[in-house]
Amino acid sequence: MTTTLINRLKPSSAASISSGRLWFVMGLLVALAVMVPVAALGFEALGGSMALWQHLAAYVLPQALIETLILLCGVGLVVMVVGTGSAWLVTAYEFPGRRVLEWALLLPLAVPTYIIAYAYLDLLHPLGPVQGLIRAILGYDSPRQFRLPDIRSMAGCILLLGFVLYPYVYITTRAMFMTQAANLVEAARMLGVSRSGIFFRIALPLARPAIAVGVSLALMESLNDIGASEFLGVRTLTISVYTTWVTRSDLAGAAQIALAMLMIVVAVVAIERLARRRQRYFSAAKQARRFAPLPLSRGAGIAALGFGLVPVLIGFAAPAIYLAVEAMKRIETNGLSTRLIGELGNTLGLASAATLVVLVLGTTVAYMARALPGSLTQLLMRLSTLGYAMPGTVVALGVLIPLATLDGMIDRQAQALFGVSTGLLLIGSGAALIFAYAVRFMAIAAGSAETGFARIPTSLDQAARSLGRNVNGTFFAICLPLSRPALAAAGLLVFVDCMKELPATLLLRPLNVETLATHLYAEAARGTYEEAAVAALAIVLAGLLPVILLARIGRR
Amino acid sequence: MSVTLSFSRLALATASLSVAAPAFAAEVNIYTTREAGLVQPLLDAYTAKTGIKVNTVFMKDGLAERVASEGESSPADILMAVDAGNLLDLVDKGVTQPIKSATLEAAIPAELRDANGNWFALSSRARVLYAAKDIDLTAFNYEDLSDPKWKGKVCIRSGQHPYNTALFADYIAHHGAEKAESWLKGVKDNLARKAGGGDRDVAKDILGGICDIGIANSYYVGLMRSGKGGEEQVKWGDAIKVILPTFTDGGTQVNISGAAIAKNAKNKDEAVKLLEYLVSDEAQKIYAEANFEYPVKAGAPIDPIIASFGELKIDRVPLTEIVKYRKQASELAEKVGFDN
Repeated sequence: MTTTLINRLKPSSAASISSGRLWFVMGLLVALAVMVPVAALGFEALGGSMALWQHLAAYVLPQALIETLILLCGVGLVVMVVGTGSAWLVTAYEFPGRRVLEWALLLPLAVPTYIIAYAYLDLLHPLGPVQGLIRAILGYDSPRQFRLPDIRSMAGCILLLGFVLYPYVYITTRAMFMTQAANLVEAARMLGVSRSGIFFRIALPLARPAIAVGVSLALMESLNDIGASEFLGVRTLTISVYTTWVTRSDLAGAAQIALAMLMIVVAVVAIERLARRRQRYFSAAKQARRFAPLPLSRGAGIAALGFGLVPVLIGFAAPAIYLAVEAMKRIETNGLSTRLIGELGNTLGLASAATLVVLVLGTTVAYMARALPGSLTQLLMRLSTLGYAMPGTVVALGVLIPLATLDGMIDRQAQALFGVSTGLLLIGSGAALIFAYAVRFMAIAAGSAETGFARIPTSLDQAARSLGRNVNGTFFAICLPLSRPALAAAGLLVFVDCMKELPATLLLRPLNVETLATHLYAEAARGTYEEAAVAALAIVLAGLLPVILLARIGRR
Repeated sequence: MSVTLSFSRLALATASLSVAAPAFAAEVNIYTTREAGLVQPLLDAYTAKTGIKVNTVFMKDGLAERVASEGESSPADILMAVDAGNLLDLVDKGVTQPIKSATLEAAIPAELRDANGNWFALSSRARVLYAAKDIDLTAFNYEDLSDPKWKGKVCIRSGQHPYNTALFADYIAHHGAEKAESWLKGVKDNLARKAGGGDRDVAKDILGGICDIGIANSYYVGLMRSGKGGEEQVKWGDAIKVILPTFTDGGTQVNISGAAIAKNAKNKDEAVKLLEYLVSDEAQKIYAEANFEYPVKAGAPIDPIIASFGELKIDRVPLTEIVKYRKQASELAEKVGFDN
């Protein structure tokens, strides 16, 4: 069946068929691997009764669905406005500080959601510096006389998530503005279209696919977030999954809810794609011209800088400074724990290995979908990105169950054949954890590779093929070199995400292995906040380098 | 022989991070849901004393699932958990094994261990009331939490947290599900803020003027007041007074931290020895001093900060009984929208 499909798709030389088949097989394997945890959960879900749903439908779902919906709409709106607005600001206008803002706007990526929630809970607490200052100005001396509303609310959660997740939209949208918009915007300027007209009638419609990609990444992150939602008291569906599993020890029920959620996400993503299907976004075959930013007057320039700095301040500077101050206090009294260095090493090692794996596999899948266009390869491509639509805890469980079982089989075989116990080969070596990262973040690599490839006109592939390159050769001669910036950006995003990842790391790491995130979690769990601040700061700092590299790629 | 050896080297090299324990080195592997930092001083003391290396992995949820999936190959020797329910879950999932130890049986009162030796409590804690210093209050019943006079004045963590689930389950054991539901509704109506955060946040929020009273665990008071959590927390701890609440027809709700021997423990003897060490006078003293928990061993000293709360009268409902109502308690909390 595969052979006929490929033959139908690519009636070409024999060599081409076999190399095309290789890509297909590899893509198939990646999709299957990602489906392993989903299948494991499905298996768990079948083991449960459906009795749970009556209780859920009566008491949990109404609230959880509404809260989830409000959260997603709110975060979606914030990331869309902030991400697109800031991308347009630094692309379309020239003002003092623009070049700094270009990369500074990426910084919130380095701050995990659970850290920003924890930092703001402290900063905005009645005992914190902000309310303290307000009381001092107003002349109150106790929080019992005057205090502001609690940050632990839906609005607080939406704002905090929005201000750390908007860079997903910023990255994708700015790339689109820079490479695609120049000609049209210049034409519109010449025809006398107003500034807002250019933005709303040209830039925004043009950037729609990019905005959709960025927003959907941010929404998946919000949907699957446990840290910030738990801290801020928002009851999402993910929290229900969690409660069902942990508090009521009902893994089957938790798997049922998680799979139901997954189906909703898949449906929503499919609808969005369907809605966009009739529109075509052609990219010019020639290298698109760079956008010439419009210089702003002095006053307008300062205002632009001010606006641009707001997301950086809220999403990065304020929590980072807070963490630095708290960490300094701790280091002064207790010194710097040497454990942190080992943990930093573990964090970077695991994240690097996972990034490499994710990047290679994600690119493979995306190229397969390009070289062998068809509904089957499209389906495989979509399947291999499913992991991003599941909460990290759920992916971790889905990975744990089959891999630990496999570990047991390997061990028994080794004992039977060689009389040696291998112990837990996959979990013990960290391979299971890297697999979980790969499942979880494949969507970032595959998605970025897909958009990167989409900018390369297929005529180039055809030219390479007519010059005798097969599917393989075309990849190495054309697609890989031309999409290098997109792939590098994807790699850095994956790297930062792996570093920040918590639930899978907690569950799947080998004995005695701690990462910065697990250290932070352990400290926060027992409320030793200052020690946690050191680890949190280390995560943010370690995340900075990739983010700055990312900015350099974006500039080219 | 040489083939076997080189294969074993290969396996060890591939699994460089794993602990494929060679038979000659004395080691014990612990999977724990207890924050590693809390048990580490005890384990360090043990290693210093015996030379036995203790490897740990701290995880939050899924410990039972991990051990169960790992099956016979699991390196885990000891499973540690907080909350009686979590310990009993391990037994239910069949990942523990019964052991006989005269030392453990002599040190731990019968109600704080499994009759078959599947689990043992190592320390205990009480679910107590934190109240603002200036409030005129000297005694308190858990039942009072729903009294409308506390409207907008109560702080508590999530109703789905195991500590609260155990308290709610205890309430069901005392008064039945129906009364528990209306009580929970009353408590929910009294909340000053959303149920959430941690137990220390109750003290912090009392100092911050958000609430007047709240429910939290006993040992946090020691951790805050002693300065172990930093200067800020000393202020939180000093802002409250602690009352040991009771059920109208019982005592104070107490929960445990404990351990079990893993079903497929490879170092079973060492593991049992480590547990026996953990109930020794020396280790029980560390539990009390470093973690501010109540020791399980009769006669072991209690930290002065904790002792200052007054004499603990443990509720009469056994832990194994409370655990049975856990699921119901969690569902009732959802039914009244406790966390909404």
